[in-house]
Amino acid sequence: MSAVDNDLICAVATPPGEGGVGILRLSGPGAQQAAKAVFLKELSPRLARYGVFHVDGEPVDDGIALFFPGPNSFTGEDVVELQGHGSPVVQQILLQALCNVGARLARPGEFSERAFLNGKLDLVQAEAVADLIAAKSQTAAKAALSSFQGVFSSKITALADVLLGLRIEVEAAIDFPDEDIEILEQAKVSQTIAELLDQLEALIAQAEQGRRLNHGITVALVGAPNVGKSSIVNALAREEAAIVTEIPGTTRDLLKVDVVIDGQSLQLVDTAGLRDSEDPVEQIGIERARQQVGRADIIVLVVSAETLLEQQPELNLDDYFRQMSQLIGLDLSQQGHQDVVLAVNKVDLGRPVINAAWQEKACLVSAASGDGLDELGSRLIRGQTSSGETTVFTARQRHIQALQRTRDLLCKAAASLDQQAGAELIAEDCQLAHQALGEIVGQLTPDDLLGEIFSSFCIGK
Amino acid sequence: MNFPDTFDVIVIGGGHAGTEAAAAAARMGSRTLLLTQNIETIGQMSCNPAIGGIGKSHLVAEIDALDGVMAKATDQAGIHFRVLNGSKGPAVRATRAQADRALYKNAVRDILEHQPNLRIFQQSVTDLVVEKGRVVGCETQMGLTFRSTAVVLTTGTFLGGTIHIGHEQHPGGRAGDAPANALSQRLRALPFRVGRLKTGTPPRIDGRTVDYSQLDFQPGDDPRPVMSQMSRREDHPRQIHCHITHTNAQTHQIIRDNLSKSAMYSGNIEGVGPRYCPSIEDKVVRFADKTSHQIFIEPEGLNTTELYPNGISTSLPFAVQLDFVRSMVGFEKAHISRPGYAIEYDYFDPRDLKHTLETQALEGLFFAGQINGTTGYEEAGAQGLLAGINAACLAQGKPPWEPRRDEAYIGVMVDDLIHLGTTEPYRMFTSRAEFRLRLRQDNADQRLMPVGLAMGLVGDERQAVFTEKMQAFAEKQRAFSKTQVFPDTDLARALSLTLRRETTLEECLKRPEISAQTMATALGLPVDEGVEFKALEQLEIETKYAGYIKRQNDEIEKIRRHEGLQIPAQLDYLQIEGLSNELRQKLDHHRPESLARAARIPGMTPAALSVLLVHAKASQHQAAER
Repeated sequence: MSAVDNDLICAVATPPGEGGVGILRLSGPGAQQAAKAVFLKELSPRLARYGVFHVDGEPVDDGIALFFPGPNSFTGEDVVELQGHGSPVVQQILLQALCNVGARLARPGEFSERAFLNGKLDLVQAEAVADLIAAKSQTAAKAALSSFQGVFSSKITALADVLLGLRIEVEAAIDFPDEDIEILEQAKVSQTIAELLDQLEALIAQAEQGRRLNHGITVALVGAPNVGKSSIVNALAREEAAIVTEIPGTTRDLLKVDVVIDGQSLQLVDTAGLRDSEDPVEQIGIERARQQVGRADIIVLVVSAETLLEQQPELNLDDYFRQMSQLIGLDLSQQGHQDVVLAVNKVDLGRPVINAAWQEKACLVSAASGDGLDELGSRLIRGQTSSGETTVFTARQRHIQALQRTRDLLCKAAASLDQQAGAELIAEDCQLAHQALGEIVGQLTPDDLLGEIFSSFCIGK
Repeated sequence: MNFPDTFDVIVIGGGHAGTEAAAAAARMGSRTLLLTQNIETIGQMSCNPAIGGIGKSHLVAEIDALDGVMAKATDQAGIHFRVLNGSKGPAVRATRAQADRALYKNAVRDILEHQPNLRIFQQSVTDLVVEKGRVVGCETQMGLTFRSTAVVLTTGTFLGGTIHIGHEQHPGGRAGDAPANALSQRLRALPFRVGRLKTGTPPRIDGRTVDYSQLDFQPGDDPRPVMSQMSRREDHPRQIHCHITHTNAQTHQIIRDNLSKSAMYSGNIEGVGPRYCPSIEDKVVRFADKTSHQIFIEPEGLNTTELYPNGISTSLPFAVQLDFVRSMVGFEKAHISRPGYAIEYDYFDPRDLKHTLETQALEGLFFAGQINGTTGYEEAGAQGLLAGINAACLAQGKPPWEPRRDEAYIGVMVDDLIHLGTTEPYRMFTSRAEFRLRLRQDNADQRLMPVGLAMGLVGDERQAVFTEKMQAFAEKQRAFSKTQVFPDTDLARALSLTLRRETTLEECLKRPEISAQTMATALGLPVDEGVEFKALEQLEIETKYAGYIKRQNDEIEKIRRHEGLQIPAQLDYLQIEGLSNELRQKLDHHRPESLARAARIPGMTPAALSVLLVHAKASQHQAAER
């Protein structure tokens, strides 16, 4: 809600989507220190420095960092620019890392707003900023009308309504203890909070999915050597992007290919085949595959129909899955909100029977004949658009953060309730949780709340 | 004629706002005059005979912290004391006292009559003396002119007051007292927005005609709380019980059958009544599925048999009042000693005030109490205190006091009123205070003493009590942060704590299961009214709330930075691009002074605030360039 904070903000400064160069900008006190958390090197004023961007000790991208100490910067505050490759995924990871060290995501126009407040922009420019913000909100409004935004806010409004109901109970119990209204039942409050938390988790997962929609989806193809990962990538991309040979282990490094399927942009990441190997180059390839898989939105586990036919019924897909997990050093079944798709390749050589447990996830394809590729393509975007009942909507990182804050506050309220803490402490966390939701759908004033109490209970002696 | 003496501050009205205003200005050393229609009704409780309650006793504690009248008078007159929300946390705990009306009035008058710098004069005020856009005095019914630097107007429900009983109506400021119509007409001619509000009272009942054997009774609390930090339990008069009865299906039927005869439902009343204090007609209509409502029977005093049945305020004709009262258990033979009535009165839109309670239109004129659209003795008293302080500041050339929302409930109330106005009589609730965990009764003195001392409001005695309290607290805090409890020691066992390693007493006190009382008992310290136990109780509160308070402090810090950013008064909201039409209208209506205030307007979004910020800044720059 604040508009003249002097905290540290960060955002992607280049247009959304993929680009040759992508710039992250940090502004505010501690910009230099925050940048150091990902860039590791010391920065000197106004000198470009080359280096590797790290997150959690692992390299994610390389590029240039620039430090402009205030007041001689665009915003008039300390500013750091991190210029890397324009991968939205990497940018999101870096932003998250910056937020973890004290920055927060900037609101639309906030950099310009600060520049204006610090006297770095003149009046005409400032008017332009206002127009820019307006334009953005109008676009957002149009988007809301035309597509999914309404779904998102209606879901949040529904949550906010439940939370309001909860607050009515708690606040009425505090402000009207003398009235003969039902006393606050701990079990009931506890249950309402638990239900809210469930819904929040689901909504965060959906919003997370929606955010990916905005920023594109990354699909990592993994599997044993020579199962045809690269062939599938080429077939989906309709170009010979990857070198394909009969020799197992041909793909050593990561290969990223952008494709568009039904208007949805996907980045396919081809990875080295997973096997025990002494070859140092191949080992590095596997290590990179591991990193990529950790960050991907969808994992496509590729298996060869040949292998399945040869070994059936002995080959258990679960074993294969476990084996691949082991080789890559990640438990593929424990990858958060990632979607896992099983691609059974080379069905031109014979169609194996897939056991029931895997049927749901499986796509039978032939990279050679093109069989099943369309199905695979739709399967990849299906999970990201509307799969059955779940409706996907576009969401911004800011929305997700607000939802996460709401969730954390309600968790705290639930804990207070368990510890038999005073109603005023539960009320406090519920109020802040409500406020956090309000950042997305608009605030409720104390007087509105009182109005709800008066219309819900017969108050007054 | 001109009254020979001139004054610094004149207070018009001797109700709860007027008495606090007059006493505060006089405490600050200003030559003060209290003008009242009737000296006998100074400190009169016009509504129910109770002081305090949730949110309200917080205001009383703040008045007391600044050495005001209300808390002390309540301790002199309280005949039944209770702590509300005792099972909830300290921030929302409140004290409520039933007061003997006569004793309360006497106590207030006694305090005023012993207040140096204060004169009282009985005379109805008919006009204000205005010179060059500022108020310099007032004129009374008999043509006397009093001159002063500032005037505080606290006329309660007396401006344009109309009393309704059934279809009958007559002018009146309170049953038995005339309204102040000449002044009302005069003020209506000034550039203030005027509105009508409504409130009501129940019929009073003669206790000799009530069958108490059929009623539930409610005793006061033991141990008994006190209102003022300057009082002791021994100051209280004799204590008595309250009683409870209920409305029933028959009561509701009588009311429903006669609805058309109620002033409220006949369309005679244009004023809006309070949602939290509905008439019995309203309750029966709006909550039709409830077959019974609780009625709290408050004694009017020790030496009267009159009772105040709280919960049946009504504007039905007398015959119907008698009927429905007698339908209730215990009231079968009740004699009504005064009929219930609804009263409509003028109030001035508080959005025309400054945060000092001075009017924007006329320098030197302050409004406090029901005239600003509030209800309640406590709300009135707190505003009176503030207006009195600022009137004296004006006279003395001192900077005014504008309490903030994070500093005092008084600040919350004034900010709500000035910022949002009100459409119903405004009453305090703790849920109005977003920083509720900081604004407690126990720390009212800590919050306000710096202001009290700077203003010269606080007497030596009050200051000494505060100093003693703070010393005891500091000592406790030091001791508790240093003293360790070791596992498996007698102390650990006395606290029923299983410790893995040594832990400070402060850490122990943080645990939900350890109360100040448990702690005192384990340490062999007294559990009583004394300074030491009070310090321990406060340490417990501060420790348990620490995390929440820190978060609130951070939030306050953020808001303070915004408060500094003023929005120019001439900003044309309707022309701002990028705001929704609805928000433009709202902003145009509220005309917030600062960005922080704009942020509190319902429906405000971060994006809209950003737009507003840029325009506010732009408008300032333009003004500077000109």
